Amino acid sequence: MRQTEVCIIGGGPAGLTAALKAAGLGAEVTLIDRNDYLGGQLIKQTHRFFGSKEQRASERGINIARELAEAVEKEDKITVLTKAAALSYYKDGVVMVKQNERIIKIKPQKLIVATGGSEKNLMFPNNDLPGVYGAGAVQTLVNVYGVKPGRKVLMVGAGNIGVIVSYQLLQAGVDVVGIIEAAPKIGAYWVHASKVVRAGVPIYASHTIKRAWGEKEVAGATIMKLDEKWQPVPGTEKELDVDVICLSVGLSPLTELLWQAGCKMEFIPELGGHVPVRNEDLETSQPGIYIAGDAAGIEEASAAMMEGALAGLNAAEAMGYKVSDFKEQKEVVMKELNGLRSGPVGEKIRKGLAKAIS
Amino acid sequence: MSDCKCKDKDLNIVCRCEDITIEEVRAYIDNGVTDLEQLKRMLRVGMGPCQGRTCTPIIIRELSVATGKPVGEVPLTTFRPPTSPVKLGVLAGGEEDD
Repeated sequence: MRQTEVCIIGGGPAGLTAALKAAGLGAEVTLIDRNDYLGGQLIKQTHRFFGSKEQRASERGINIARELAEAVEKEDKITVLTKAAALSYYKDGVVMVKQNERIIKIKPQKLIVATGGSEKNLMFPNNDLPGVYGAGAVQTLVNVYGVKPGRKVLMVGAGNIGVIVSYQLLQAGVDVVGIIEAAPKIGAYWVHASKVVRAGVPIYASHTIKRAWGEKEVAGATIMKLDEKWQPVPGTEKELDVDVICLSVGLSPLTELLWQAGCKMEFIPELGGHVPVRNEDLETSQPGIYIAGDAAGIEEASAAMMEGALAGLNAAEAMGYKVSDFKEQKEVVMKELNGLRSGPVGEKIRKGLAKAIS
Repeated sequence: MSDCKCKDKDLNIVCRCEDITIEEVRAYIDNGVTDLEQLKRMLRVGMGPCQGRTCTPIIIRELSVATGKPVGEVPLTTFRPPTSPVKLGVLAGGEEDD
């Protein structure tokens, strides 16, 4: 059994910053990730981020991932385990991990769960046909492997992911026939949405997918309008000639380990589903278990990095590590988080967090 | 259910791991099976490699509509180890330092 001071599960934006902050305070950290690389979903983000300097504005996600991963690998206090999947958490505080077909048991003094989220699915006839993808899969194919998913795409969901992936498909030379959104207003930031609109991609608000067509693979889709009560309006069906249907209908927090740990959970739709109840320091109802990033509630990568920083600082401080500027470091992170969550775009998150923080 | 013809075509799959349609789930709910635990035991929803990550959010919405309970009050199933598939040989192989 391995002993460690702070174990962090997940090497995405939240986990990487958590590791750097905790190690920065002097804690000895074990960071585990199931992939053979660090960076999580950041490695697919070819677009520039915006926000403030601390949030790495105008940098591309992939470069942020490289930078953070390099810093983590250079840090002597951090042990990185890649291709290592956290299988379970036991009540005696042991994390069971599988790496290289071997079981590793880790007993940390503090645990930070930064496992991210998983994509939501949508019900419609023929949703199992080849050609129906999650937006994450399309982004992996196009941006990581340089493979086009098809020729003509219907994007379902006009949140940031749907709109950004649509733009990246256009950049890859794939035709985006349309973007549909069930809500009357799109969820994406205008910075991203205006790019696809300028490129001539129609966005249909208050629309849903009625069905997909095709025998062996997607050969078309029928979309239709929704009324104010989100009910389909008969007679508004529109046929689209597409061979790819890309689903970008939200994410759910990945929380299995937190359930196993007995953390108090709450269903909060604004945060994507069931999430752990936490305090301002991102500690769950189980003392010593912290959360950061999408596992704590679905938000942007910028927020995940700030939450990771906060969880890392707090976990290390709770271990007894002191630095003279701890308060200042924490204030900077809190200020960034509050900034990200301010204004009309942050309204949903603020509402969700108000229910999640006890 | 034997009278369910929903396997024929135009499949509307709710549980991708176990190939279960939303119509099958609704047929069971209509017959009074309004508990996720029972649905899981009878239909195997959520018992495949993804362990319900895809279907559970959808099925609890269906159960919420059927029972009138808010989604947050629909009881979930127990989250048991392991969270992802692991070969028995790996478990039997013991720990790294064994």
